[in-house]
Amino acid sequence: MVSPNVLILRAPGTQCDQETAFAFEKAGGTTHILHINRLLESPSRFRQFQILCVPGGFSYGDDVAAGRILANQIQHHLAGHLAEFKAAEKLILGICNGFQVLLKSGILLPPETEQGPAATLTWNDSGRFEDRWVKLAVDGRASVFLAGIESMYLPIAHAEGKFVPRDEATCRQLAAAGQLPLRYRPLGAGDDLPLDGPVPFPDNPNGSVANTAGACDPTGRVLGLMPHPERHIDRTHHPRWTRGEGGPVGDGLKVFENAIAYFA
Amino acid sequence: MLWEVDIYPAKGQPDLIAGQAATDAADLGLAENLSISAARGYLIQGDLARGQVDRIAAELLADGIVERTVIARVGDATLAEPPNAEKHLVHVLPKPGVMDPVAESALEAIADFGLQTDAVRTLKKYWIGDLDAQRLAALCSKILANDAIEQVIIGPLGFDKLQFGSHYDFRLVTVPIRGMDDEALGRLSIDGQLYLSVVEMQTIQAHFRTLGRDPTDVELETIAQTWSEHCSHKTLAGRIDYEDENGQRRFENMLKETIFAATRQIRKAAGDEDWCVSVFSDNAGVVRFDGQYNVVFKVETHNHPSALEPYGGANTGIGGVIRDPMGTGMGAKPICNTDVFCFAPPETPADQLPPGVLHPRRVMRGVVAGVRDYGNRMGIPTINGAVYFDPRYLGNPLVYCGNAGLIPADKSFKNPQPGDLIVAIGGRTGRDGIHGATFSSAELTSESETLSGGAVQIGNAITEKMVLDVLIAARDRGLYSAVTDCGAGGFSSAVGEMGENIGAEVNLETVPLKYDGLSYTEIWISEAQERMVLAVPENKWEELKALCDSEDVEATVIGRFVPTGRLVLKYRGHEVGDLAMEFLHDGRPKIVRQAVYRPQPLVRQAPPEKHDWDYTDELKDILGSLNVASKHWIIRQYDHEVQGGSAIKPLVGVENDGPGDASVIRPRLDSRRGLVFACGMNPCYGDLDTYWMAASAIDEAMRNCVAVGADPRRIAILDNFCWGATDRPETLGSLVRAALACHDVAVALGTPFISGKDSLYNEFRPVGAAEPISIPPSLLISAMGQVEDVGRCVTMDLKAPGSLLYQVGVTREEMGGSHFALTQGLSGGEVPKVDATMAKATFAALYKAIDGGLVRACHDLSEGGLAVAAAEMAFAGGCGAQLSLAHVPHAIEPDEDSKQELARLAGSLPGEEIHPLATYPAATAALLFAESNTRFLCEVAEEDAGAFEAAMFGVPCARVGEVTGAGKLEILGLAQSIADADSGQGCEIGQPIVIEAELGELKQAWQSPLDW
Repeated sequence: MVSPNVLILRAPGTQCDQETAFAFEKAGGTTHILHINRLLESPSRFRQFQILCVPGGFSYGDDVAAGRILANQIQHHLAGHLAEFKAAEKLILGICNGFQVLLKSGILLPPETEQGPAATLTWNDSGRFEDRWVKLAVDGRASVFLAGIESMYLPIAHAEGKFVPRDEATCRQLAAAGQLPLRYRPLGAGDDLPLDGPVPFPDNPNGSVANTAGACDPTGRVLGLMPHPERHIDRTHHPRWTRGEGGPVGDGLKVFENAIAYFA
Repeated sequence: MLWEVDIYPAKGQPDLIAGQAATDAADLGLAENLSISAARGYLIQGDLARGQVDRIAAELLADGIVERTVIARVGDATLAEPPNAEKHLVHVLPKPGVMDPVAESALEAIADFGLQTDAVRTLKKYWIGDLDAQRLAALCSKILANDAIEQVIIGPLGFDKLQFGSHYDFRLVTVPIRGMDDEALGRLSIDGQLYLSVVEMQTIQAHFRTLGRDPTDVELETIAQTWSEHCSHKTLAGRIDYEDENGQRRFENMLKETIFAATRQIRKAAGDEDWCVSVFSDNAGVVRFDGQYNVVFKVETHNHPSALEPYGGANTGIGGVIRDPMGTGMGAKPICNTDVFCFAPPETPADQLPPGVLHPRRVMRGVVAGVRDYGNRMGIPTINGAVYFDPRYLGNPLVYCGNAGLIPADKSFKNPQPGDLIVAIGGRTGRDGIHGATFSSAELTSESETLSGGAVQIGNAITEKMVLDVLIAARDRGLYSAVTDCGAGGFSSAVGEMGENIGAEVNLETVPLKYDGLSYTEIWISEAQERMVLAVPENKWEELKALCDSEDVEATVIGRFVPTGRLVLKYRGHEVGDLAMEFLHDGRPKIVRQAVYRPQPLVRQAPPEKHDWDYTDELKDILGSLNVASKHWIIRQYDHEVQGGSAIKPLVGVENDGPGDASVIRPRLDSRRGLVFACGMNPCYGDLDTYWMAASAIDEAMRNCVAVGADPRRIAILDNFCWGATDRPETLGSLVRAALACHDVAVALGTPFISGKDSLYNEFRPVGAAEPISIPPSLLISAMGQVEDVGRCVTMDLKAPGSLLYQVGVTREEMGGSHFALTQGLSGGEVPKVDATMAKATFAALYKAIDGGLVRACHDLSEGGLAVAAAEMAFAGGCGAQLSLAHVPHAIEPDEDSKQELARLAGSLPGEEIHPLATYPAATAALLFAESNTRFLCEVAEEDAGAFEAAMFGVPCARVGEVTGAGKLEILGLAQSIADADSGQGCEIGQPIVIEAELGELKQAWQSPLDW
């Protein structure tokens, strides 16, 4: 099998490029970390890649709003190339700030109506940055990245991760289409708790509507999520590994392995 | 045309900005349930049509789903319509010249639409309900704005144009210093914010008399900065006559003869095993990590700026210390931050604040947010810290920020060459931070705010991250021969230091400016953030410039290192300064300072009146005391996992919320090798004896590292002295005494100091007060340890019922400065001492046991002693524990009365076992709460008990209890004769229960005080 080429997109303020590249490498990918300016100079470089990942960080300082400036740059200059990338049935992953960028640039949930974007990510209800681990219920059917995963335990680290759909109808529609495949869950919750039932802070760490931690496009080939799968790759990433909890590898690795396996 | 875009939360969305302001108003007693609405806004100046502004607002500035906008030209009535019929309108804007990173980003993002604008400024807009004028003014000055950096405009904005900069006409300024008498020299020093002593001013005067001319202003400023306490450490690295109970001693260079000397001795003894690489010479200390990489570590303080503007001060404090590893050797990659703060108690009544002092709650929120926003934006995990509270930090809080970095072993040294270009990269130069270096050497007064507003800066982390990205790439391509950071003293320090042994020529007009109007002197001494200085060989310049351009980082040649031994400054062809490097760096007069330490007589600590055996309330008092209480409110606001190497997090245990001793990271993702970070500090002990305070801080930092599994032979430590005014001999004496302890304990443990920093004159003089308030002696010891495999680390949370609990180390009646004394209002008592020989043996034995997998959980005994450690381990692990004080290893000596009483009882109750300390009233509290050093509580599986005891052979260690499934902490006291309820006569021997509490209660006591 030829190892797929993974483009890790970097911009001023991107932080998680190296550990995300490490995770893709560990999963069997060949990674290239590229600055946004290189793509703006020669957008045809997209063609050499099978996977695009926008990693976590504070692109352009999250000045104005998280991910907004990079999202606009993509919208203004690279929209056509990304449409081509999507149409070629390639994969796109946005983690944390990358999720904010994919959502706000319209790549993840393209606005279908005059009403504007389907959803946004805004300030946590707590009004501040939070770093904590969350339990996620995963619907692995709709997204290539999540195939075969039922639940994950991952850290979040963000200030603007509250998922807010435009209205209730949009939310229902997305959920019904399987486009909200990652939901925050209480630590000990049983299967009988509905996915969009009330999950109080801190289990839903930001007040996201319908406990949404991640969203995918209708094809399942574009995924954005607030939690950081690349921060749970190693056994010792788990906050309670000294108590014997967690497996021999971290829950997050499977996300990257799925992406690589898609091209096998 | 000046447009205003106001952005409000959409209907049904929370108004977080207003909510915080209302909470703060209630906290400070200004108003309960104050009605506030808030908007964030942008002022956009440019030739834009309404439709274009609408588009910018909709697609860039506001989020259509959760926000709504009000857009109009400034002055339009719609901007003055209150959303909820509030009475007052308050605008808060950054003062002209203050950094506004969001506005800068917005300006560029608007350009990306293909639209041209001249300027953007952000603002906050508050609508306030019913409030009288006096309270409204208080609300503005205490909560909504900080006068040091922001302006408040009540009512509609009264301008239609944004002002930036002004024209500057060159005029060479010389200072007629040759003709001044001592009084005039003294006045010049203070009025010019040079903060030099008269003797130093006389030396400068003599130098220029020899030259036959007067200095220019920029020459004088350069000398003042180079000679400042902040840059030269003239007090501690100077001559000191010291006297204490052991006699007199003359130091030629106090630091060199104490702390540096200890490291030299340790390195010499290590021979071929020496693992220090570069100590006390570069911007950070450097030690070996593995075969390929070294690690660097530095901790700095940013106290005075944080007192005036907590957010900006802490923001640029962390930003500045990150540049230290970046400017060490050929540039290290930052891998983690540490932060330690000292504040006055947050419950300080607002009406008792002296003028010019910010409320500690506001200081705390601002400082935490400042570190958070910079550290998080840089993508560097903040993994270790501590917070200490004392009323004496009221006017002078302390903000220690640390950063460690990873550097290829062969890039650990710099070597600037004659002929190299002097290149500035990163942020532009503005008026920010003028006189920061000299200001930090001055006492704060209530006028400091107006005097040194320029010293306050706001950082822009993204600029620094961009610099970091190109710096590492340039380093790996070999594009420069030296790098240093532009910190205190700006270009003056950076160029002066790098060119010290060569000589340099700088053309000041080439420096890129944020705005016009800066004089050549302001350019030279500005402490604007996010700038680095490189020495670049001429043939590498083009490649470096191209690299920087490719990532939008500004790089400019500002001069050249020339082999003249002189520092020459030019501005538009005029020579404005010409100083001999030798005079600049070695011309400072060698002043002998006086230092004296008089040991205080030991005052016994009277134990509190006690009518029962139960110490549960005392335990909860300590758990809920501010120094001990959970700092989760702070810790969770920091990203402690970015870079993907987190192995032991700051919060640990079954609910991820117990207080870990140290954090561990893997700086190389492809390796199992880890770095351990911890700290030690105890200002409370300094009031009793600074020697033992320092020794205790080192012991605490070491045992925190060892408790998670660090190899004690590979722990490097840093010193940060924050003290009061050392021109008082007794204040300097208390510092010298601490430095002597640093020497003695470091040598005995074989633990090298690799870097350090001091901040003196941490005093505040309220208006009209004769005496300044000095901070307590505050020595922070930061430790960086190493582990071969992070997979062998342990955490402090109890793991499994049935395990055995061992106390390692000896408890003494050391209650002086303890948290038991603090919470019970007791004074006097013995300060905890350190038996360094025993400490070394204990650390070695425990390391072996942990490395051998014999320890399930380990926690160091520090504030609150055994009882607090046991409680924390229990609630962190969700397991109960039962302990008995009977077998705790101790060296407590009962007084005569107690001995006689014991003998009498032994006679009357033959055959029964009374504990030898049973009749000594102070014994139980000491065994529970004493803060003796070098102690641990370890959880050991029953099957490993024999092996653990064997590993601890020769070290004081005894089994003191076991882990239970009962969900509570129970500690049994000393066996004694228990009075019969009816007769009051001793009739039975038994162990009273001295602590009994549910884990939930204990955790609640510990978590609630700072659960903000």
